[in-house]
Amino acid sequence: MARPVQYNLSGENNVKLVTEGPEGHSGEGFFATSLDKVVGLARKNSIWPLPFATSCCGIEFMATMGSHYDFARFGAERVGFSPRQCDLLMVMGTIAKKMGPVVKQVYLQMAEPRWVLAMGACASSGGIFDSYSVLQGIDQIIPVDVYIPGCPPRPEAVLDGFMKIQDLVGKESLRRRNGDRYKELMGSYGIQ
Amino acid sequence: MTLTNETIKQRLIEKFEGQVVNFDEPYGMLTFEAPKELNLKVLQYLYDDNELKFRFLTDLQAVHYPHQEGRELAVVYHLHNLVDNVRIRFKVFTNILQPDIFTATNLFAAANWMERETYDYFGVNFKGHPNLIRILNVEEMDYFPMRKEFPLEEQTRVDKDDEMFGRS
Repeated sequence: MARPVQYNLSGENNVKLVTEGPEGHSGEGFFATSLDKVVGLARKNSIWPLPFATSCCGIEFMATMGSHYDFARFGAERVGFSPRQCDLLMVMGTIAKKMGPVVKQVYLQMAEPRWVLAMGACASSGGIFDSYSVLQGIDQIIPVDVYIPGCPPRPEAVLDGFMKIQDLVGKESLRRRNGDRYKELMGSYGIQ
Repeated sequence: MTLTNETIKQRLIEKFEGQVVNFDEPYGMLTFEAPKELNLKVLQYLYDDNELKFRFLTDLQAVHYPHQEGRELAVVYHLHNLVDNVRIRFKVFTNILQPDIFTATNLFAAANWMERETYDYFGVNFKGHPNLIRILNVEEMDYFPMRKEFPLEEQTRVDKDDEMFGRS
């Protein structure tokens, strides 16, 4: 069982990680719940992040991976550097327009289900780089699940953003990726 | 014997019979101008001469002066004499409607990427350049971003209030 991380949250004891398992029927020696929930539980606690770090947000992420903030607590111990193995694309830092196709290709190489986290002002909106050469937010080329504000965000914010991703992953229906709405979203980015 | 700005100036005036003009020395660095047709001849002379020996191209870039009609674009060469440690600045001006300049790549290999960059940002057409394509910006870009008529800010962005963000 994950250990409590309540110490930074004043007055809030019911932290997501320490809540009990999903709803279901339990009896002596068995526990029954829906497949969705089990898969969600497994997925959200074993996310493999792919760090796409281009600048100072990447440095903050390194701190997040370190022992003090210990990203591994969230089941994200294994940072992958191959998009084919990873579930979560973490875009951290300024993405120049020339880098845009690279980000998109990395995203396309990831297998479904895949999630995207935009960390910091630059990845989310271009940030201070209101310039002809900088992509004004990665959501112009790929769909984004969670945005982390900040310039750069502190590791706590990264952890919070990651927990938001875990929330999404845990609650996602197994059929969502086959749905029309999802296909429409992908279509709007020109992705099959 | 040290090479002085005065010597360089005299040599250029003698050689090019007054076609090299506008001599100036901002912060002690000799600066001058020539007609754009002569750019290679001047560079070659500065390179070959055994006294001048300007054989290192430090930098090459352009400047856009939108109000100087007929000579809007200045292409600036920074040259270095490594033996006497003397630096000079050489400018040629061109019309922005037909920004053709002879390439310096045959004289200085270093000019290759610098001219590509100058083309990328100012649209100076270096005639004879082996590979004059964009070097820093995306290939799809359809304008020259450092020309003054184009605003610096990204124009596709809709979430910024122009007045609040000091955009024009």
